[in-house]
Amino acid sequence: MYNAGQYDVIVVGAGHAGVEAGLAAAKRGAKTLMLTLNLDLIAFMPCNPSIGGPAKGVVVREIDALGGQMGKVIDKTHIQMRLLNTSKGPAVRALRAQADKVLYQQEMKRVLENQENLTLRQGMVDEVIVEDGKVKGVLTETKAAYYAPTVIVTTGTFMRGKVLIGDIEYESGPNNQRATVKLSEQLEQLGFDIVRFKTGTPPRVNSHTIDYSKTEIQPGDEEPRAFSYETTEFITDQIPCWLTYTGEFTHQIINENLTRSAMYSGAERGTGPRYCPSIEDKIVRFNDKPRHQIFLEPEGRNTDEVYVQGLSTSLPEDIQKRLLETVPGLEKAEMMRAGYAIEYDAIVPTQLWPTLETKKIEGLFTAGQINGTSGYEEAGAQGIMAGINAAAKVLDKETLILDRSQAYIGVLIDDLVTKGTNEPYRLLTSRAEYRLLLRHDNADLRLTDLGYQMGLIPEERYERFTTKKQLIEEEVKRLKSNIIKPSEDVQQLIQDLGGSPLKDGVRASDLLRRPEVKYDHIKQLIPAEATLPNDVEEQVEIIVKYEGYIEKSMQQVEKMRKMENKRIPERIDYDDVQGIATEAKEKLKRVRPLSVGQASRISGVNPSDISILLVYIEQGVRSKASNE
Amino acid sequence: MEQDTIAAISTPIGEGAIAIVRLSGDEAFKIANRVFKTKELTEVDSHTIHYGNIVDPKTDELVEEVMVTVMKGPKTFTREDIIEINCHGGMVSVNRVLQLLLREGARLAEPGEFTKRAFLNGRIDLSQAEAVMDLIRAKTDRAMNVALKQMDGRLSDLIRKLRQELIETVAHVEVNIDYPEYDDVEEMTHDMLIDKANHVKKEIHKILQTAKQGKILREGIATAIIGRPNVGKSSLLNKLAHENKAIVTEIPGTTRDVIEEYVNVRGVPLRLIDTAGIRETEDIVEKIGVDRSRQALKEADLILLVLNGNEAFTKEDAALFEAAQGMDVIVLVNKTDLELNIDMDKVKKAANDAPIITTSLLEERGIDELEEAIANTFFEGELESGDLTYVSNVRHIQLLEQAESALDDALNGIEMDMPLDLVQIDITRTWELLGEIIGDNVHESLIDQLFSQFCLGK
Repeated sequence: MYNAGQYDVIVVGAGHAGVEAGLAAAKRGAKTLMLTLNLDLIAFMPCNPSIGGPAKGVVVREIDALGGQMGKVIDKTHIQMRLLNTSKGPAVRALRAQADKVLYQQEMKRVLENQENLTLRQGMVDEVIVEDGKVKGVLTETKAAYYAPTVIVTTGTFMRGKVLIGDIEYESGPNNQRATVKLSEQLEQLGFDIVRFKTGTPPRVNSHTIDYSKTEIQPGDEEPRAFSYETTEFITDQIPCWLTYTGEFTHQIINENLTRSAMYSGAERGTGPRYCPSIEDKIVRFNDKPRHQIFLEPEGRNTDEVYVQGLSTSLPEDIQKRLLETVPGLEKAEMMRAGYAIEYDAIVPTQLWPTLETKKIEGLFTAGQINGTSGYEEAGAQGIMAGINAAAKVLDKETLILDRSQAYIGVLIDDLVTKGTNEPYRLLTSRAEYRLLLRHDNADLRLTDLGYQMGLIPEERYERFTTKKQLIEEEVKRLKSNIIKPSEDVQQLIQDLGGSPLKDGVRASDLLRRPEVKYDHIKQLIPAEATLPNDVEEQVEIIVKYEGYIEKSMQQVEKMRKMENKRIPERIDYDDVQGIATEAKEKLKRVRPLSVGQASRISGVNPSDISILLVYIEQGVRSKASNE
Repeated sequence: MEQDTIAAISTPIGEGAIAIVRLSGDEAFKIANRVFKTKELTEVDSHTIHYGNIVDPKTDELVEEVMVTVMKGPKTFTREDIIEINCHGGMVSVNRVLQLLLREGARLAEPGEFTKRAFLNGRIDLSQAEAVMDLIRAKTDRAMNVALKQMDGRLSDLIRKLRQELIETVAHVEVNIDYPEYDDVEEMTHDMLIDKANHVKKEIHKILQTAKQGKILREGIATAIIGRPNVGKSSLLNKLAHENKAIVTEIPGTTRDVIEEYVNVRGVPLRLIDTAGIRETEDIVEKIGVDRSRQALKEADLILLVLNGNEAFTKEDAALFEAAQGMDVIVLVNKTDLELNIDMDKVKKAANDAPIITTSLLEERGIDELEEAIANTFFEGELESGDLTYVSNVRHIQLLEQAESALDDALNGIEMDMPLDLVQIDITRTWELLGEIIGDNVHESLIDQLFSQFCLGK
């Protein structure tokens, strides 16, 4: 063992969580080291070559508003981009991009290499060095000891990873990389509760062997779009995806070979996610469904590999080949990589504080799939938060915890550390109570201030942001104070739109609230002094049109915040609180919620337990006051 | 939960010449203001009292003539804004006022909740903290369990069914949002949602209309004592009134003040109709007595039909039975202290399935049986404690009314052409409110529903 250097923050892993963690810590001013198994696979996408989608796309924007990297890199490296849910309300719209996998990795690596305070190194971490319950550094298999008071472990699905294809299984990380075995064993020895999860990926096929005439084209949007608020250059030459379906004999082949699927062979296996079922799962659980969608997604501009979305499987390789032959368009498809299932160790996330520091070992943070989540976006979100908070710990700066009304990131982390998860956790819009507030169009308005405070947003960008904010506020104010009179022009316009004529003058904001009226119409009637940028106009329209619903949500948030602001003393002894139900007591002891609000979200903790807790805390506060 | 505005009747139930409804919380003034139509309560000085009327803002109906005390926090018992509404004694009017406040946004206080708030806000002494905790502990989930047990099984089944419909609808909207490209999931439309919302709303409305216990709590069971003169109506009235501390309410505005008396029989609130009439006409001619009885019948939910066991079954008796046909009737064969001359077979035949109680009001025999019969009629023997039923049912009604109004919001949103993901907020709210009635409110079940209803995934 040799001393390989002293750092403020060490990040183990350079996947989607690792890169955000490393960048955030370095930007805050911490001397940061990133260790990864393979420098050629930084920010690798072992599963679908795509970023964003409902909820997830909003997360990418949130990461960007906090000063993270994911949005900027995908903006530069996608092959197509679409805005989803355009026919629905503003709260659920989201961007999704198909990535060029290789370009994405290269671009991300370049960003890391150019980041001040950040050192990038290849190496397998075997253990974290722990003394007196505090982390001191890490030790690699080549016996290099790196020292730091904080370590962020972002080992994804590598921990004791095992690939399963039919009855074949072997120790491996995703895409045949080496699994991380010793670190996982050590975490278990340190007393962490570990669960076994699984996930899977479909086969890839060669584009030249696909008969696209039997499929439907799925082009990107014509209008240029971007995730990042900093992006100014847009990619125009996009590559389409293609849609096909499972065929007549697909189901038959699966049913006949079900016992040969790694997941259906009867062996005890890790828990898989319901939202990302294998094709075997879909056919068994929804037997009456005649066909399932299959999306063909190119993996990049400089490759002919195509990802067969919808056909995730752990059937044997020969069956996978036969399966592909049953799909219209893929009859002659050449399988380049087989699909597989992967099992891995994850940490039970209720062992974390909302900062993502572990409760057990001071200075040790975990982020990403190791915490039981799934998805690049969920990983990146945890990465940036862990990076911010690890740096805060070392540099004695502000920590950052987002609540459920501020960001999907807040929902994600609160769910993880408060409720835990018994399957790989994926964000869905329905997990957010205040979905209307957590829109993709206002991520910057929600979080840029915080990103700036954390030191992750450059001055120039922040200035642009404050200008935008000001323009929005002024325009909303103008619409609320300007009266539109029922002149001939106005009545004509309303009639053209199919609305009922005005009886009296109305405020411009009230007129905009009519279903048929858009901001563009208002602009015609009472033009603004100067032309406003599109994103400002969009924001004004949303704020005015949905004001009633937004206000209702805000009221709920106010109530939630009051409970969130009632802090639970760190040293509380739940055994001393008489009258809380036993089950609730056990859960409270395990989760150790920071606030009464958080406590109330633990399943098994009832309102009466919360009442008693409140009284108990107040009792403590007052006896302390009387002692002083 | 801990910061909403709470309301409760803070005087002992069924006693005293006045009854007070107390409101405490941030919105106390606002809520009271919505129903108090005489003055702007948000503008009066703190710690002042005001005379005026409580009016139902939905129907503009006069509910009660009251005195309202306005107290601005923190110089109050709970250190929050407090409103106290002084009503006439008796449960009918005070209940109506409470119902109205709950409908307008207050939440029914848990036992001891005012005291709890007083403590949490630093108003009462540390030594009392133990007592507050005991209070919370004592109620804990028991009250909820009792409430659940007392709820009509059919009602809870119906609520479960409605919730299932709602969550399927919500899951459908959600799946359209979270999986926009899955073309085999039909896109939910405004029209589909209108049908669903209207259907559930109609069902909730029906529950509210017919929920027997709910109606009882709002109004008391309108009870008529009928019978020929001199069979013992007056004695029965006095007996019920005396034993159960009747409260006399005068309702002004009719040509002659009709007097109602309010009694609580084993937890069942009875509103005795036209008691003045009974007392006045007991001694006058037969015809008027019977006519008055017929009049009382029209309004009644429950009929106490009194017969004189000492005399033969008469034509008039038969006529009364006929008039009471199809209603809840309890037959009293009175004056069993005297010789039994009535033909019991005739009585049984006339009574059909109605319970028959033999009493001697003079010797106080049969009163217990009568009270039990009254309780049985409305609670089928399941009732144990009147107070608990009262609390939980008010809660149920409140939740149902809120659910109904959440559905109105949803329908309103549809009419305004709001996107479905916004309309869905109010549908989900309805589902949550109904869940509170049957004690089930886990958000995770939506996600379970999503994945069991649809075949999803990448």
